[in-house]
Amino acid sequence: MQDEPTPPELTKSVSDFLRNDIAPLISGHQAFKLRVAINMLDLVTRQLTLEEGSDAAEVTRLRALLGTDGSVTELNRVLSERIAKGEVDLATPGLAEHLWQTTMDKLAIDQPNYASYKRELSRDG
Amino acid sequence: MIEAELSRSVVRWCPGATGATDAAKLSGGASQETWRFDIVHPEGPIGAILRRAPKGYGAAPTRAAGPAAEARLMQLAYEAGVPSPRVMHVLVPEDDLGTGFIMQRIEGETIARKILRDDEFAAARPLLARQIGEVLAGLHGLPLSKLPELRHMTATKEIAEFERDYRSLEWPKPVFELALRWLRENDPGPSPEETLVHGDFRNGNLIIGSDGIRAVLDWELAHLGDPMEDLGWVCVNSWRFGEIDKPVGGFGSREEMFAGYEAAGRKVVPSRVKFWEVMGTLRWGIMCGGMMQRFREGPDHSMERAMIGRRVSETEIDLLRLLAPRGS
Repeated sequence: MQDEPTPPELTKSVSDFLRNDIAPLISGHQAFKLRVAINMLDLVTRQLTLEEGSDAAEVTRLRALLGTDGSVTELNRVLSERIAKGEVDLATPGLAEHLWQTTMDKLAIDQPNYASYKRELSRDG
Repeated sequence: MIEAELSRSVVRWCPGATGATDAAKLSGGASQETWRFDIVHPEGPIGAILRRAPKGYGAAPTRAAGPAAEARLMQLAYEAGVPSPRVMHVLVPEDDLGTGFIMQRIEGETIARKILRDDEFAAARPLLARQIGEVLAGLHGLPLSKLPELRHMTATKEIAEFERDYRSLEWPKPVFELALRWLRENDPGPSPEETLVHGDFRNGNLIIGSDGIRAVLDWELAHLGDPMEDLGWVCVNSWRFGEIDKPVGGFGSREEMFAGYEAAGRKVVPSRVKFWEVMGTLRWGIMCGGMMQRFREGPDHSMERAMIGRRVSETEIDLLRLLAPRGS
């Protein structure tokens, strides 16, 4: 067992430092690159915080949908093959709900400010 | 140092010119560079743009039309009244500048977010969806007999190419699989009419002024095919930059674009436009995947490249909104 602070606490601390103390000091292309770097650290922080829970839920849904077991990558490969072969499609109970939930969980990490995501999130209420 | 070559070049073909100054690189990938510079002339400086593949990068990627074809298309568009910069010179070996061309510099904005948010463009914005329809109608009406050699594309060929690109990433993506199935099942077949297709007509590749569209840029993906492809691509959600309820580049409605297109004497097939919007969304998603691969395998190890790789999920949610919309 590793000691604390946890990885997301550490990455957040670096990101806060860059945003609050360094960003005001630089301009031009370097400022643009710094903004990208901060966005990247924030993404990593969100992934460290959310991935375990969303992957576990995804595996549970995939097992039920496919009737087989495996890692999250293996199960995604099986689902992809079945869709490619036409064995599973949008008429298959649970598929649309599964793809929506999985995609929403990805956007929560990748781009929580993406307009389509915010629109769909408000639909979830 | 590029100014020395530019100076030697412009004095040969621009009457009265005495040299070139203020050269600055605007953008540059591995195969295509864009430079701005001024031609020194007794009647005042002439704003110019150099677009070139540097020496040693002669071979164009398979999908690119190549700089000579690009220059020819821009010149044809200019002569037909489609907003486009006038081509001033196609590079020859004596120029020692690689392959490419020099064109007139047109003032205006290309950065999509500025065009969508800045006050300067407030009066132009409501006009742009219709103007896009008009400009595309002009572009699709360019006479086939005058066009340079271009690749022929059909929906069926395009689906096969995307499937190959996607499979080469070895990256299981159920949403992309669903989109590929949908595209094959809804393939509208060859277009009843084959025309010039710009191939990358979108917010970001247009020079916009306070008066509207001033120029169409980046003709390197031009090909022959279904004209509805351009109408679908300009509606892909990624090019709305947050203005998701205004499908045409974040500016306005499909109906406005269609009205502009039909007023110019051409026919819209809305079902084909929808097909190409789905295709375009998948296309951008696969391109983002390619960025991830280039980041990982080199040569471009930049943070920007890496972060574009994490935008694949944006195209997945947009594909789901198109193919499996929730409780409308």
